[in-house]
Amino acid sequence: MIPTDVPLIDPARSPIPAATIAARTPTQLAVGRLRRDRVAIASLVVIALMVILALVAPLIASWAGHPVHRQYRDTGLTEFGLPVGPRAEFWLGTDQLGRDLLVRLAYGARISLLVGAVSTVAAVGVGTTIGLAAGFFGGWTDRILSWLIDTTLSLPFLLFAISLVSLVGPGLGITVVVIVLFSWCPIARVVRGQVLTLRDREFVEAARSLGAGPMRIMVVDILPNLVAPLVVYGTLLVPQAVVFEATLSFLGLGVIPPTATWGAMLADGAQLYRVAWWMVVFPAAAVLALTLAFNLLGDAVRDAFDPRRVEAQPK
Amino acid sequence: MARFVLGRVLSGLLTLFVISLVMFILFYVAPNDPARTIAGPQATFAVVEQIQERLGLDQPLPERFGRFLGDVVRGDLGYSYYNQRPVLDTILGRLPVTASIAAGSAVLWLAVGIPVGITSARRPGSLRDRLGTVFVLVGLSFPTFVVGLLLLYVLFFRLTLIGVEIFPAGGYIPLTENPLEWARHLLLPCITIAFVTAATYARLTRAQMLEVFGEDYIRTARAKGLSERRVVYKHGLRSAITPLFTQFGLDLALLLGGLVVTEQIFGLPGIGRLAVESVIRGDQPIIIGTVLFASAFVVTANVLVDLGYALLDARVRIT
Repeated sequence: MIPTDVPLIDPARSPIPAATIAARTPTQLAVGRLRRDRVAIASLVVIALMVILALVAPLIASWAGHPVHRQYRDTGLTEFGLPVGPRAEFWLGTDQLGRDLLVRLAYGARISLLVGAVSTVAAVGVGTTIGLAAGFFGGWTDRILSWLIDTTLSLPFLLFAISLVSLVGPGLGITVVVIVLFSWCPIARVVRGQVLTLRDREFVEAARSLGAGPMRIMVVDILPNLVAPLVVYGTLLVPQAVVFEATLSFLGLGVIPPTATWGAMLADGAQLYRVAWWMVVFPAAAVLALTLAFNLLGDAVRDAFDPRRVEAQPK
Repeated sequence: MARFVLGRVLSGLLTLFVISLVMFILFYVAPNDPARTIAGPQATFAVVEQIQERLGLDQPLPERFGRFLGDVVRGDLGYSYYNQRPVLDTILGRLPVTASIAAGSAVLWLAVGIPVGITSARRPGSLRDRLGTVFVLVGLSFPTFVVGLLLLYVLFFRLTLIGVEIFPAGGYIPLTENPLEWARHLLLPCITIAFVTAATYARLTRAQMLEVFGEDYIRTARAKGLSERRVVYKHGLRSAITPLFTQFGLDLALLLGGLVVTEQIFGLPGIGRLAVESVIRGDQPIIIGTVLFASAFVVTANVLVDLGYALLDARVRIT
């Protein structure tokens, strides 16, 4: 029963001005929730600091007066040829060749963030395309693509990655390719699942009845609905990419020396940790801070887009 | 059931076939001449051609792939370019090391991850749950090589400095030689891998247990006056644990990656280290061999996990 005696409110004469009850999109709501989340803000600050560190790396080098590849054999090494610890001239100490660790750490942030950003964008692109195709077309397309996803997920990917590196030779490009090759699968899987529930909804039917082709339906009608899961999984993919690059560099199969990367710095540190703890501790802290920040941010973004998850849990 | 088993085995074989094909194309068809690699950069064309002929590289491609596949199926993975030893023997020789670490760390991460998850799920939001969440986050964010290095620094180096020599720096002692030393040398590598992996299991167990605790039969079990322990461990854990099997199957691929890194840090002569050494030496038969060997292991294990899952949960068999 619809109550008929309730006076209808004429928006023009409403006591609340229309401007204060402006409609907010789910994305705006999510951003609002994210801004009140202290953990998310702290993670964003850490990430922002890392980005700044990467951007100002040349400035740090010139301010410290230590170019990234310059070896300070007199001041940066002890008389026995060992690296020196943190001191006024070298804030974070030096490495086995007498290079400034702080400057190298800043340059390493460039590689890590670059690899993290580029491979995440590429993996999200590939994963979305394959997931969309599998979920939307169904049938044999879905069967073959799903099989491809499952198979790739079950491959011993680090072994596969190093075998690819052995063919092409190490480098920044192949590192990104390898990361993308093995990280699109979870995205594709999530997108496929979402598309399966979306493709039979009324708005898709409406678009089809208006004469929209499959391409248009996928891109214009379905894709905007996938933004939330893509942002969440994309954020969680960045730390994985950063760790993968660092792992390859650590094994000596990533970016070629003398380019400064955190993984390669840790590999050097692994040789000398008994005499130079700073060579392990600082790069390790950098990797950890970045991955932890992205993981926390990813969790916060997921909670912001899906508040039921948080509220459902007893406090 | 027979149909399910057959379907699963066939799809596993298909996966292995495709992996072999990909490896064959990558290593023998792509612009990459094994004969040139063997002969070295200074060799004359005549020598390269001679090697090509001996290896059958002058034959048509489908024929070569057929022979490659036949050899692989018979367990003949060729000979190392580096020391001319059979690839399979070399890999099998390294297997005990890798298997020891894998088994040890699997036991450790299950023994830590599942109880942490259960404890968290029993009182969500409590201090214990929050500690559990921190454990999960830290575990998920620590790269394997960082954990390994830090453990090496603190537990080996720092402790040895103050006179506590529990943990060795690395290396491997065969079980048959000295079981005690074998275990001692495996401790740090196993903790390294378990630390990183246990987090996933704690998180998954927590989520599963929370879901199960909402089920009616748990309420029934509580209502009929069963002790909390019985409710949690007998009724709850039993149905919460099945999805962990699937995760275990998926994690084997991840575990192999962790092994590569861990063996490198602790200087353990396992299959992962063999792969890294071979990449650095350009020893292609060994690289192909390790990838195929590891893939066969992962695929077989996943088929077994699926079959075990079907035995435990009848609903799976239908799909």
